[in-house]
Amino acid sequence: MKRILVGIKRVVDFSVRVRAKPDGSGVVTDGVKMSANPFDEIALEEALRMRERGAADEVVVIGIGPIECQQQLRNALAMGADRAIHVQAEGMVEPAVIARVFLKLIETEQPFAIILGKQAIDDDNGQTGQMLAALWDRPQATFASSIKLEGDKAVVAREVDAGIETLEVDLPAVFTTDLRLNEPRYVKLPDIMKAKKKPLSILTMAQLSIDSAPRMKLLRFEPPAPRQKGIRVKDVAELVAALRARGLFQ
Amino acid sequence: MSKVLIIAEHDRERLNQSTAKCVTCALAIPDAEVTVVVCAADASAVAAQAASLQGVKRVLKLENAANAHALAAVLAPQLAALALEFSHVLAPSTTFGKDLLPRVAALLNIPQISDIMAVESATRFRRPIYAGNVIVTVEVAGAEKLAATVRVASFAAAPAGGNATVEARTLNVALPTHTRFVSVSKAQSERPDLQSAARVLAGGRAFGSAESFSMLYSLADRLGAAVGASRAAVDAGYAPNELQVGQTGKIIAPEVYFAIGISGAIQHLTGIKDARTIVAINKDAEAPIFEVADIGLVGDIFQILPELERQLAAQAAADRGL
Repeated sequence: MKRILVGIKRVVDFSVRVRAKPDGSGVVTDGVKMSANPFDEIALEEALRMRERGAADEVVVIGIGPIECQQQLRNALAMGADRAIHVQAEGMVEPAVIARVFLKLIETEQPFAIILGKQAIDDDNGQTGQMLAALWDRPQATFASSIKLEGDKAVVAREVDAGIETLEVDLPAVFTTDLRLNEPRYVKLPDIMKAKKKPLSILTMAQLSIDSAPRMKLLRFEPPAPRQKGIRVKDVAELVAALRARGLFQ
Repeated sequence: MSKVLIIAEHDRERLNQSTAKCVTCALAIPDAEVTVVVCAADASAVAAQAASLQGVKRVLKLENAANAHALAAVLAPQLAALALEFSHVLAPSTTFGKDLLPRVAALLNIPQISDIMAVESATRFRRPIYAGNVIVTVEVAGAEKLAATVRVASFAAAPAGGNATVEARTLNVALPTHTRFVSVSKAQSERPDLQSAARVLAGGRAFGSAESFSMLYSLADRLGAAVGASRAAVDAGYAPNELQVGQTGKIIAPEVYFAIGISGAIQHLTGIKDARTIVAINKDAEAPIFEVADIGLVGDIFQILPELERQLAAQAAADRGL
């Protein structure tokens, strides 16, 4: 069975302007819209396309977090994933712990590819894929904007600061997605009904023998320093004068 | 004492300025002794540049033919072996550092803090989350070592004038061959680098086409500015991916940033908040970009840009006494 694992993280929706709680103990999440991490949806779309081209037989989505993550997993099944695994966890789960969960699941699932988002838009850590590749001792191709499977290898274009870097990696490997890899499909209503019948298994950290205790303490959450209120100018002449008044373009 | 190891970023010839910014961050750690490591096939030129940064005590060269390209899978085991002597391992929060450092941290089984923007103690740092809408103070408890990527827009570059010692190191580490470099696209212009430029002109969806977007290049060349783009402009194909500024692109801190036809989604704003002056030009007076702009001008970019180019040129001529 040629299998792909995809990580699906439940995060505050990208359109929400997240605010720190006034007492600094966390961020306001009550009543806030939650969604799958956008980079994870791109990861799932890529896996589904690989399966549709015949390069994979099964796409398994994995969510780690509270019971509510099952909503995002069901949505992933509606998008086309074959089955889901929910690993129960409360509170913040650090990237190193997520990486160890995947490493454990690799033992039984034996995937040829793991596709993850390059970062989650809540904690913006961007660590999990690289940590997993290190622990697994396999290649990593991060920030992918194109993945071409060629037999037991993959050729990957990566979005790097200089432009596009191309790597060749042996499979199995870990891939992390950048924005331009693909455009995820929309879920159709009949597929939502069908997804309810697809298998979703539930595991605990204890069953996987993983110590999920955090090693970092989040001490205080604050709003960023505000910028000073600016001015409006009415035309280009005023704009140039305002720039020069600030010591620019002199 | 904190023994800080900084992983140098370079293009084989020149040290990237992000490394000098990491040095400033490292020096903010109490009682820090700063070492820079340069991984390359031939590290001499870059090591000499690192040694000239003020505050650097030692530069280590890790030379190996396999280090000709910065492949995380190849560099990480070497850096993990080297890092055993250090308390902190830092890398810039550029695509180079973001790709590499988590792999090093995982091999060392140490925690990583991403995008540190301020140092509060040897184990306590501040970093942005939720696209910069929240700043969190993070403490690593009970660990002997930690890794961190440095948000380069938050630190000034360490100045030249240092005189560190340079040593070559050889490590007996098995290197994988499962990851191979194929190619990298080369920057096609002599324009300043987006991440270190003092002046940046960035364009958004309002340009409407790649041809219109190219107007920005001629003005940028006249002003000696780098060109940036919003995600919308990159997604639409007006600009290449390496120009994207924002949460998932580049985080920059120029002296002056022009947001031209960019509405200012929160994901974009987090990439420009550290600019000293933000100029917004947009025909929509309600665009969120105006909330963060120091100077805002409401109007049609296709009329304003040529006029701006003309007036700045006229001013420059007047300043030269012409």
